[in-house]
Amino acid sequence: MSSLTQSPRAATTAPRKRAKGRQVWEERPTRIGQFSKGTVLTVVCALVIVPVWAVVLTSFSTKGSINSAGGLVLIPHGLSLQNYQLIFSGGTVSQAVYVSLFVTLIGTALSMVVSVLCAYGLSRPRSLGQRPLLMMLIVTMFFNGGLIPTFLVVSDLKLYGSLWAMILPSAVNVFNILIIRSFFQNTAAEMIEAARLDGANEWRLLWSVVIPTSRPVLAVMTMFYAVTYWGTFFNALLYEPDSRKWPLAMVIYEYTYSGNQMPGMGTTGIGGLQQASQLGLQMCVVSLSLVPIVVLTPFVQKHFAKGMLTGAIKG
Amino acid sequence: MASITTQEATAEPAPRRRRFGRPRRQGPPAPPRPRLSFRIRLRRDKSLLLMTVPALLLLLLFNYLPMAGIIVAFEHYDIYQGLIHSNFVGLDEFRQLVANPDFWHAFENTLVISFVQLILYFPVPIALALMVNTVLSTKVRGFIQAVVYLPHFFSYVLVITIFQEFLGGAGVLNVFLNKHGISSWNIMTDPGTFKYLVTAQAVWKEAGWGLIVFLAALAAIDQSLYEAAAVDGAGRWRRMRHITMPGLRGIVILMLVLRLGNALSVGFEQMLIQRQAVGAGAADVLDTYSYIYGIGGGFGSSTTMGADYSYGAAAGLFKAVLSLILILGANRLAHAFGEDGLYRK
Repeated sequence: MSSLTQSPRAATTAPRKRAKGRQVWEERPTRIGQFSKGTVLTVVCALVIVPVWAVVLTSFSTKGSINSAGGLVLIPHGLSLQNYQLIFSGGTVSQAVYVSLFVTLIGTALSMVVSVLCAYGLSRPRSLGQRPLLMMLIVTMFFNGGLIPTFLVVSDLKLYGSLWAMILPSAVNVFNILIIRSFFQNTAAEMIEAARLDGANEWRLLWSVVIPTSRPVLAVMTMFYAVTYWGTFFNALLYEPDSRKWPLAMVIYEYTYSGNQMPGMGTTGIGGLQQASQLGLQMCVVSLSLVPIVVLTPFVQKHFAKGMLTGAIKG
Repeated sequence: MASITTQEATAEPAPRRRRFGRPRRQGPPAPPRPRLSFRIRLRRDKSLLLMTVPALLLLLLFNYLPMAGIIVAFEHYDIYQGLIHSNFVGLDEFRQLVANPDFWHAFENTLVISFVQLILYFPVPIALALMVNTVLSTKVRGFIQAVVYLPHFFSYVLVITIFQEFLGGAGVLNVFLNKHGISSWNIMTDPGTFKYLVTAQAVWKEAGWGLIVFLAALAAIDQSLYEAAAVDGAGRWRRMRHITMPGLRGIVILMLVLRLGNALSVGFEQMLIQRQAVGAGAADVLDTYSYIYGIGGGFGSSTTMGADYSYGAAAGLFKAVLSLILILGANRLAHAFGEDGLYRK
């Protein structure tokens, strides 16, 4: 495809219809190129969509259709809500949903309040002690005490076995704070000055000027925190010996990898167990963890790049 | 109070003398000449300082206190005597660590998996970004992005469960193979291919998310360069070679530096979850080693060791220090390339 042969052809094909968005000077794509690109991108999307689809579908399938598929159900036949009914009839899973909801709601609220306050406190130019405080934050990104000392500290703080052990140790994410901070730094300096002249103090400024103008980045950060809390696993493994305080991820882990039967299923009686397939129940729990994410991400998606990059580049 | 701050904000930024050679691109504006006294600044900024307190408190408790807790690695920790009164044994635990072949095995695993990920994972987001970038329809693009970003938000427990149900012993793949009379292959429990499995999981989860930075870098390239090159007769591939590639250089180096700095962190949860299935020989890396030996807790470990906090902490410290060296070294390297790296020179 040398330039010599390209330009005359481009001239002759110019009157033909150009795809919207393609520049005048751009050559028409080759058929093979288009085809292979389309194939690759389709496969890539399928690699994500098919597993999610199969998991959700299996969770809605009857035992019969799961058995005839021999595993995950890819094509729907025989749908029912039976698995969900069984899982929510009390026992570990319903408890885990409550735990996950608690950790996610309380944790996200706490993390956001703490992060936004800290980010704003460090975002005003030339404020007192900004550099040392910022260094204090950044050091934790480069070096940490490690697993064991953290475990000992958390235990010493009497958090072992408490739901707060899944929230407090990971409540502050320095990277997120830096992203919010750099967003605040770039936000409406004139507006802040004007409001300050009108007598607004820092709290007022943050609440009525800075937060309303930073909604995109705050939405993204809320989502980041919420997703992390929703999937919390390792802190639960470390600090929660009691299965009544397990979040969803921990329950899935116990079912799938420790070879345990669904805990808490005993209470629903043998009859229920015979009608349901282990896999179907398991996929219910997986779906419960997946679906909120799948439903919610598209709403904040358009802000991702903004939220990620202001922080990543200015760091 | 208000007048002080406005005065400050409007003060001319004085030209600042630089100590090092390379000119800074946008250095912070210099502090104003007439310095306000500490007390005035404290009164002015006290609410700002107050706002940072909750975050700093949490960091102090859960990040800095554990750093002090590192002394446990130099003690023979006894639960009943606590951190302060336990026997101080100096470098004893480290001597044990270095003498243990299991530890070196975990170290080797870490490096091997990290290397495999570098080779097989790193180019994927770049290639994907180049492809997605040429999709003209914004709707299709948005859809593709929405789909490939998704797995980033799934926790590893979910990712591995999904892999298990597709590639595991009773998974979709093996059901299919059996149906067609081919002997099954349980990828999930094969220690030999474990490093590729882990990499595949990482690619599935994170490669789509990795697109973001590369797409942004591609969008930041001056489009008129492409037009000028096309007018001069450069074809698609030459434009890619001479405009796109140089445009991506900075971000690629930054990403490599980050990867290098994190070379010793290779999916802790991933290893932990799958350790039982593939065995410690394949799945033990530095992080899990520290956990298994330090806290253990009947975690299906092949060894019957109970909790040995000091030993685990020593392994953790070994990793933390090595990681720090790697991060700083990687940044040096970035600066040598004339790039910013994680922080500016």
